[in-house]
Amino acid sequence: MHGHDPHFYESIQGFLGSYYLVLSIMNAVAALYLWRRLGRWLEAALLVVLFGGGFVVLSGIAYGGGTRVLGLPQSFKDFVNANTGPVIYTLGTTAVLVIFFVFRRFFTKPAVAWVSLNLALLFMGLSMTDPNFSLIVTKPDNVPIVGLIFLLGFFTWLATYKAVLNDDRLAQGLPPLEKEDSEKVLVWPDLVYTELICMIALTALLLVWAIGLKAPLEAPASSVKTPNPSKAPWYFLGLQEMLVYYDPWMAGVVLPSLVLVGLMAIPFLDFNKKGNGYYTIAERPFGYIIFQLGFLELWITLIILGTFLRGPNWNFFGPYEYWDPHKVLALNNKDLSQFFWVDLLDSGLPKAPSDSGTLVQLGYILKRECVGFVGLAVYFVLLPPILAMTVFRKFFARMGFIRYMLMSNLLLFMAALPLKMVLRWVFNLKYIVHIDEYFLNF
Amino acid sequence: MSLGETIRNSQVWKSIFRHPMPLDRRNRIVVMLTNFFLHLHPVSIKKQGIALSYTWCMGGVTFFLFLVETVTGVLLMFYYRPTLEWAYHDILDLRDVTSLGILRELHRWGAHAMVITVWLHMYRVFLTGSYKPPREFNWVVGVILLLLTLLLSFSGYLLPFDQLAIWAITVGSNMARASPILGYEGPFQQLLQIGDIDMITDTSDARFVTIGERNVGEMTLNRFYVLHCIGLPLAVTLLLAIHFWRVRKDGGISGPL
Ligand code: HEM
Repeated sequence: MHGHDPHFYESIQGFLGSYYLVLSIMNAVAALYLWRRLGRWLEAALLVVLFGGGFVVLSGIAYGGGTRVLGLPQSFKDFVNANTGPVIYTLGTTAVLVIFFVFRRFFTKPAVAWVSLNLALLFMGLSMTDPNFSLIVTKPDNVPIVGLIFLLGFFTWLATYKAVLNDDRLAQGLPPLEKEDSEKVLVWPDLVYTELICMIALTALLLVWAIGLKAPLEAPASSVKTPNPSKAPWYFLGLQEMLVYYDPWMAGVVLPSLVLVGLMAIPFLDFNKKGNGYYTIAERPFGYIIFQLGFLELWITLIILGTFLRGPNWNFFGPYEYWDPHKVLALNNKDLSQFFWVDLLDSGLPKAPSDSGTLVQLGYILKRECVGFVGLAVYFVLLPPILAMTVFRKFFARMGFIRYMLMSNLLLFMAALPLKMVLRWVFNLKYIVHIDEYFLNF
Repeated sequence: MSLGETIRNSQVWKSIFRHPMPLDRRNRIVVMLTNFFLHLHPVSIKKQGIALSYTWCMGGVTFFLFLVETVTGVLLMFYYRPTLEWAYHDILDLRDVTSLGILRELHRWGAHAMVITVWLHMYRVFLTGSYKPPREFNWVVGVILLLLTLLLSFSGYLLPFDQLAIWAITVGSNMARASPILGYEGPFQQLLQIGDIDMITDTSDARFVTIGERNVGEMTLNRFYVLHCIGLPLAVTLLLAIHFWRVRKDGGISGPL
């Protein structure tokens, strides 16, 4: 601990106590539902005893002032801090997504999902007794992102659960579940009342949130005192995280514009008529997987990384690590041109004589960056036709030239981010093309 | 006659509500057709279209949050002056002096929530394949709404004018400086050059247009304030009208054929 509040453990006592109490009540309600509605008293009893009771005990300990013992072992936290970094984080989240997707039949089982939720919440509670973790997570503007994580987890579960059910039905020649409900009802009262109740519940939620959590207000603006780290608003932190790998013109302008263009193009690129109006994976695996990867992995997890794990100087910090502004990470990234001219050919970078004209200089720049240009040409120009003749053969036939080219280029730009990440991690590659003279670095 | 009935039979009541109480089937239909607010909805709907487990109600929640933001935003405007002299001060007063001291909280948390729910709404629309014909255009309208929601939130972020605000906007708007062709430090900006005269300078590039001066300051505050309180909400309102109208015209909430 570095200069943290000496009363830290007392200060979280009330919060943690209520937190565990709410979790306990949540489990009790679930057990009641299992028992009364579904008649599954054995599971209900298990829930009450294991989770309901367990959380009550934790709640009691927290209220009683024992927050210090309700934490994770220091050795575990040290291990996590020492062994996490952007690489592990990115690979890990991707692996979690892939495993969830492949074994979705198992993970969407309500019992499995409920236990996972409880364990996640328990882990969250145990982590909250770490001052460093707690400091970042409870920053007022970060609280919504914690909510976002749980909401996305829940809705991803729900959608996958329904898709699994539907896929089984479709395989048996039955219509999707949604079809069973195609009977018509009157909007008054059925929908109007639901809306009213939703509005009341939301108003209540917002009021509680607003009373419980103060909006942040820092020192008055000063154009000379730059905070470290300086962060964009949280929903743009995915873009700020991309700055690690791409220059601002790509990360801040070109890629976000392409995200918007790509989103708008989706309905015109997806020629698969199936899966319209119900949850299914089997009938539209390609679109489903690309979208989940793009949204969950390339957008949401980058935001989470940028918010919770990037500290001063945009260095990576483990979840239980102190944000030390003096942490220094050696950066020795190299350009592709250096690999080629210096390491491989053992000559210096080509450099135009200082008194030469613009055209000569341009020639030298082209020569210096020739490998990068060839690489980019292969990626963006040669790859689409090659893919059209191989893996995307059927797509190309169905889509026609223009639509296919649009799709393949959008996909290639999307893949450019993870590819650059891997190149950075494996080869310390900085730029594929590095032309400072024209601010053109890729 | 009970008091309730007297009121409901009065000329005033009847001049406002063009239908009797929606207690029977006929009047439940009439109410949907003759009430301005309710006529956004159809009269009857497929059960599946209103199932919470299908729509997650996220479009509706986003719309509700937009309304909350409008109301609390107007109230905040009563207390807030967008000038260097007053902006920070007025926010301080909102916290310490003003009654109804949670106005700013409601507005800020509502805004964060709206960004989250608009993402969840898009997620749901994608996962149910609801962007497929005939709803392609409404998806496009939706993407623009998503962008506008983010811009609304971003422009509002500056208004407290504290350290958090100006540096977040500085980080964000610095990106504009790197725009290809139009940014002072962007690739190909040399293309816009007439003879020896550079068209793209640090007082004429995309960043300058966004923040109205060289560094985030009073002009920026003014620009963002106007966009935040007038320009963007108007644009959102227009697009929402189109969005809802298209939901109806495209055959209501999507469902299996
Ligand atoms: C300010 C933001 C938005 C608001 C207030 C809004 C509101 C709504 C509402 C109330 C519905 C009715 C069904 C439902 O609640 O799910 C709806 C449907 C729809 N929205 Fe949005 N929306 C917004 C943004 C978006 C975005 C970002 C997208 C997609 C990128 C989108 C695409 C659609 C589509 C395609 C439908 C029809 C869905 C169906 O028929 O199942 N909307 N929207």
